[in-house]
Amino acid sequence: MSSTKEIVVSPLFKNNPIALQVLGVCSALAVTTTMNNAVVMTLAVIAVAALSNMFISAIRHHIPSNIRIIVQMTIIASLVIVVDQVLKAVVYDISKQLSVFVGLIITNCIILGRAEAFAMKNPPIPSFIDGVGNGLGYGVVLLFVAFFRELFGSGTLFGFEILPLVTNGGWYYSNGMLLLPPSAFFLIGIMIWLIRTKYPEQVEKPEFVIAPNTSKEAV
Amino acid sequence: MSSNKDSIGKTVTVALVLCVVCSVVVSTAAVMLKPMQQYNMDQDRKSNILRAAGIIDPAKSVDELFEQITTRIVDMESGQFAEEFSPEAENFRRAANDPSQSRSLSRQEDVASIKRQPLQMPVYIVEAEDGSIDTLILPVHAYGLWSTMYGFLALEGDLNTVAGLGFYEHAETPGLGGEIDNPSWRASWIGKKVYADSATTEPSLRVIKGSVDPSQQGAQHRIDGLAGATLTANGVSNMISFWMGDSGFGPFIANLRAASETGSADQVESDADADVLEVDEV
Repeated sequence: MSSTKEIVVSPLFKNNPIALQVLGVCSALAVTTTMNNAVVMTLAVIAVAALSNMFISAIRHHIPSNIRIIVQMTIIASLVIVVDQVLKAVVYDISKQLSVFVGLIITNCIILGRAEAFAMKNPPIPSFIDGVGNGLGYGVVLLFVAFFRELFGSGTLFGFEILPLVTNGGWYYSNGMLLLPPSAFFLIGIMIWLIRTKYPEQVEKPEFVIAPNTSKEAV
Repeated sequence: MSSNKDSIGKTVTVALVLCVVCSVVVSTAAVMLKPMQQYNMDQDRKSNILRAAGIIDPAKSVDELFEQITTRIVDMESGQFAEEFSPEAENFRRAANDPSQSRSLSRQEDVASIKRQPLQMPVYIVEAEDGSIDTLILPVHAYGLWSTMYGFLALEGDLNTVAGLGFYEHAETPGLGGEIDNPSWRASWIGKKVYADSATTEPSLRVIKGSVDPSQQGAQHRIDGLAGATLTANGVSNMISFWMGDSGFGPFIANLRAASETGSADQVESDADADVLEVDEV
């Protein structure tokens, strides 16, 4: 069993849920237009991942194996509803912008993936830490993508003007594509490339090798 | 332990206990946080009314600013103010689900796809110092692509010029239809005319595809479209044609016009001025 520090740090880059495991990409495309949304979404995912891991781990010896996925989903769904209610009560404006995506944390594969892969086999405290680590790993990607999308898409960071837009009398022509979901694909792709350059062992082996062309029939 | 945890008895017990615990947690959270959420929604609704009217001021609190607004209830069929003011009538969304307080719309009439229309609707009035209407704020809603979009349309004292438009609830696609919240698109509504002249209650204002050519005839009744959000934009157009037409606030606006014509002398004068201006434009 790896140490506590290892559990928190490794999901950030080495074993990142989005970059290596390619989980939870859909919400990463949707909530990364501004830093504020990304931060709140990260906190929500950390809370749900950590608490659901902890509760599932606490009762892992009592969960009948044939209904274990349903049990996990029930716990996750309850926590997501609670988080959604808290957001609506505390940060109403942001919860309005996140709209359905908070509810969709239920279907975020990172959470169920960690519950099934880690929390079912480990005690509550390491599971809690694993949830925090994976939530952070998700958050790192979200913040990376949101940083570029907000800075170059709207010329702001956390709502503060950095690059004054032409429409507001400044000089910066905003890149409208960065505000649309496809741009997040490119940014996540670039991030995966960077991470795999740093950790070459993450590069998957090709499933098959294309055979060299030996006979020149077409000539 | 592992041998009996898969027994039927254990499975049913775990499932039941889990359901009870989770439902208690969820309902406790929902009940405890309800007052805060309602306060937020109320503040949000008020600030949307203020924003639509263009009288938002960050220095003052929402409640302070809201004091200058008078809430009245309008009887939709007659277009008159309701006799008595009941706070329940302000909640027109509840009324729309109550058969005794709403009417169902026929398919031809229901251009906004809202199915039921409340018999009474609230309106919000900012009064000028002489008691005439400075800004009239009307609640409007219609179905867009995914959701019913709820908003406010503010008209200037001439009951024709748009003073602002704001949505406070919708679930359109973020980045596409969600751009109905975009401040610069909303600003493009200001100064547009709902009706062609002051005799008709047939709205001419609508959202078009592409952008409006200001030199074109009727540009004052056209709003720029939203790229990638044709169905949402159609919903917004339908919303205007339903709520500003005869099934919506049309009779109410006709009554207000008639009242201002027979009103005080200075009001009649200002109406005459407006007529002269229109002649000039033609």
